[in-house]
Amino acid sequence: MTGCVTCLTRACDGKEGKRLVSILEVSDLAVEFNTIEGVVHAVNGVSFSLDSRETLGIVGESGSGKSVSMMSLLRLIPEPPGRIRSGSAWFDSSKGRVDLLSLSKTKRAAVRGRDIGFVFQDPMSSLNPLMTVGEQIAESMRLHLELGDREARTRTVELLDRVGIPAAAERYGNYPHQFSGGMRQRVMIAIAIACGPKLLIADEPTTALDVTVQAQILDLVKSLRDELGLAVIWISHDLGVVAGLADRVIVMYGGLVAECASVDELYEQPRHPYTEGLLEALPRVDQDRGEELRSIEGTPPDLYTAPGACPFAPRCSYTFDRCRREVPPRYVVNNGHDTACFYDLAERRPRSE
Amino acid sequence: MTSEQPQPASGPDLSPSADPLLEDERGRVRRALSYGAKLLLRDKGGMIGLSLFMVVVFAAIFAPYIALHNPLQQDLTRSRQPPAWRDGGSWEYPLGTDSLGRDMFSRIVYGSRVSLTVGFLGVAIALSIGLVLGLVAGFAGGRVDNVIMGGANLFLAVPYLLIVVVVAAVVGRSLVNVVLIFGITDAPLFVRITRGEVLRIRNSGYVESAVAIGAGRARILFDHILPNLVGPLITVATFEMSAMIFYEAGLGFLGLSVPPTIPSWGNMLAAGRQYLASTPWVATYPGFAIIFTALGMNLFGDWLRDVLDPRLRRKGR
Amino acid sequence: MQRYLLSRAVQSVLLLLGVIVLVFFLVRLTGDPARLMAPREASAQDIAELRALMGYDRPLPVQFADFFSGAIRGDFGNSVHYRAPAMALVVTRLPATVELALSALLFAVLVGVPLGVIGGSNPGSIWDSLARGVGLIGQTVPNFWIALIFILVFSVNLGWLPSFGRGHWNSIVLPAVSLGLFPLGQIVRLMRSAVLEIRGEDYIRTAYSKGINDRRIYVAHVFRNAAIPLVSMLGVQFGYLLGGSIYIETIFAWPGLGRMIAESVAARDFPLVQAVAVFTSLVVVAMNLLTDVAYALIDPRIRYDK
Ligand SMILES: Nc1ncnc2c1ncn2[C@@H]1O[C@H](COP(=O)(O)OP(=O)(O)O)[C@@H](O)[C@H]1O
Ligand code: SF4
Ligand SMILES: [Mg+2]
Repeated sequence: MTGCVTCLTRACDGKEGKRLVSILEVSDLAVEFNTIEGVVHAVNGVSFSLDSRETLGIVGESGSGKSVSMMSLLRLIPEPPGRIRSGSAWFDSSKGRVDLLSLSKTKRAAVRGRDIGFVFQDPMSSLNPLMTVGEQIAESMRLHLELGDREARTRTVELLDRVGIPAAAERYGNYPHQFSGGMRQRVMIAIAIACGPKLLIADEPTTALDVTVQAQILDLVKSLRDELGLAVIWISHDLGVVAGLADRVIVMYGGLVAECASVDELYEQPRHPYTEGLLEALPRVDQDRGEELRSIEGTPPDLYTAPGACPFAPRCSYTFDRCRREVPPRYVVNNGHDTACFYDLAERRPRSE
Repeated sequence: MTSEQPQPASGPDLSPSADPLLEDERGRVRRALSYGAKLLLRDKGGMIGLSLFMVVVFAAIFAPYIALHNPLQQDLTRSRQPPAWRDGGSWEYPLGTDSLGRDMFSRIVYGSRVSLTVGFLGVAIALSIGLVLGLVAGFAGGRVDNVIMGGANLFLAVPYLLIVVVVAAVVGRSLVNVVLIFGITDAPLFVRITRGEVLRIRNSGYVESAVAIGAGRARILFDHILPNLVGPLITVATFEMSAMIFYEAGLGFLGLSVPPTIPSWGNMLAAGRQYLASTPWVATYPGFAIIFTALGMNLFGDWLRDVLDPRLRRKGR
Repeated sequence: MQRYLLSRAVQSVLLLLGVIVLVFFLVRLTGDPARLMAPREASAQDIAELRALMGYDRPLPVQFADFFSGAIRGDFGNSVHYRAPAMALVVTRLPATVELALSALLFAVLVGVPLGVIGGSNPGSIWDSLARGVGLIGQTVPNFWIALIFILVFSVNLGWLPSFGRGHWNSIVLPAVSLGLFPLGQIVRLMRSAVLEIRGEDYIRTAYSKGINDRRIYVAHVFRNAAIPLVSMLGVQFGYLLGGSIYIETIFAWPGLGRMIAESVAARDFPLVQAVAVFTSLVVVAMNLLTDVAYALIDPRIRYDK
């Protein structure tokens, strides 16, 4: 069914020198949660790929499965109640190309923190309140890089300094509660990049922060990305942020990929009604940094039943009968641009096959 | 409940006019029903607890019909008979007799009346006092709050049993006294819970906006605070009822609860203790009744807490 | 931290003053303590004499001032029964009770913490069922009853352990286990739910995202955080242990404060009752203060004032 196209078909996205081998290839990832109320079908067959040094933005309203799909890659969702129903995620780790989803526990632990760093949404609750921030950064370096205490400490102070913590050496022994939210997120970033990963996954890292702090964190990640040559997956529901940061964008809806395109193409020629709606909610994309997505009329989809139709159908203004019968596959509309919609927005008529 | 199966959403014959919103609503109702059913099935503990507890309530209400003998009837010629299944026992006295020849079974059945009376009334009094003082403290704040909470903390700081024992010794043995002692000494716990909830809701900003649109205190009380208090208070009341039944038996054991002429589980334990080695059933069987009751209430209380705590529900654990 | 501990210390002192007031009024609940103290067959004149002897005939404020100024110096008058200073009697009984309470707590912690932690770390496993079972037993089996059962089984039938006194090294086993049963259940329940809850915290997910293995996750992250509720519970449990010792010391003839409470209450020996009550509260309040210190040492959020 879905997943026949994985955004792989694109050739060069126009950014010369950026066309490199993909370091991550996810296909048909499906995740569900077994709750008392029923099975939540959180992610229903997500496929995408990521080149090295590429920045991929993932947008979508709350509950669309952004966090769950990314956390599933490192198996960071609680299992149970969570369960990865299907999928593979081939990744170029420092120990060769591996399928993240079928790795053994020990091998998975060797990838976490070492090859992939993760920054979570809420910096207030994501740090252990009883451990000094220095200790929390040094912990993974001692483990992965086999550094001694002294070295780990020196490296940690350097890292704290690099992510913009003033008086880093003195701050080593501080506890999280002595830091502000923005400072804590800097610490989280230091943790994520401590062992020199290839890939940084940031799950709405600025959502919980003040606007001014948001911009600082964004700049920090940009400069780290360029300096360390990181590939970045940036989850956000702020289209403005993604526009200024990402090379390519995936729009998620109801646990599925709705549209995938290079950032410019997505903003200029959206080919999915949901994306179109999102962009219409913004007056002018290029002037509107920092504006949050306004939600489109209607309620988000019911995830308690497995999708047997287009999840957007109840809210879509182009819906026709086929939309309620089948899950739309991802139609390639252009090089590196696909949309999961039966309706051809460019031609203004249903697709013929 | 009819088991109406949902239409397969992807069937080719599904009419295009099916209203997705209606579909959604039906799904929600179905989920709520299956949630309730699963909760009952999953947590057998709750049902078992409730059943055990109902058995005790039943025994207390219908004691005269269940008891085989007059629980006060002494018969020295039949004293210290062992339970029916031991040598020398008979089914006329299924659980044997005590040193005065009274039927153990009947006394245990009647003993449930004392335990449940103390448990129910004690908690009712504690809850009422606690609710009123807690609301006053939470709403009034300032000096009133300090005085009420100072008193409550004082009671909570002294070993509970110590207060109870001293007061019981001073005021003397009677059912009313026992109920009052527990009702009053247990109130501070409910004061604390009520006040905590009032403060939590008052600080939530929600109430501030309600005040801003002109809602009075009574409105806030009935619309926001009381509904939120029901869950925690009922849960705590269940556990406290079980605790009071414990403490009443303990007081009886020390000879400080209801007068010795009244059959109560604590009094029976106390009376049997001196003959522990020769007639162990006299001191130990009432204990099983206490455990039975406490087990029922605790299982039920745990279940209630799970059901009433929305935090746990969301986690799906 | 100093500010926090200072304020807790001040609160403790206020609490103790409150206890003294409470104890003064408790024995006067019926208005005439002398009548309660006198033997049943005592004549009105006997009672009047006793009332005068104890000073209960003076105006209430005078009695209160007298009691209060004595109490804060530790002077509660002479025990009627022993005809000796009440406080001195109480102090001689303290070591036995502390020994019993600490043994019971030690038993509860040594069994309860590992069981609760293992149960909470492996929800649904057989260890978890065991932990839940022990938690339920602790809450539903009265200690005075289990004490009788233990005596019946281990002393009367098997003859393994002594059933009374404090003479032999093993005399403490049955009393301590009986008394420790309730705290055991509480600790198991607490540790199980604390570990279950902490496992789901965001910072545990962060630790996993760093590639830390399960062992270190539990030792360095989960258990340390679970120790916080444990410490505050230990303080609470100590108060319970002193209360529960009233039964256990009575049953096992353990020569401590609990038995003295039961005896002095039964004899209506009010000076002694008041001395024991205030002193026991003092021990409990001191224990709670100690808990607060321990709490502050574990939790940096308290250790460093922001
Ligand atoms: N632990 C969980 N138990 C049950 N459902 C969950 C759990 N975690 C996430 N979900 C569900 O999965 C869906 C997707 O969530 P998420 O990926 O966090 O959305 P997003 O990050 O896009 O806002 C939501 O409907 C959410 O309720
Ligand atoms: S498939 Fe149909 S319902 Fe879904 S987005 Fe396209 S037009 Fe709308
Ligand atoms: Mg999210």
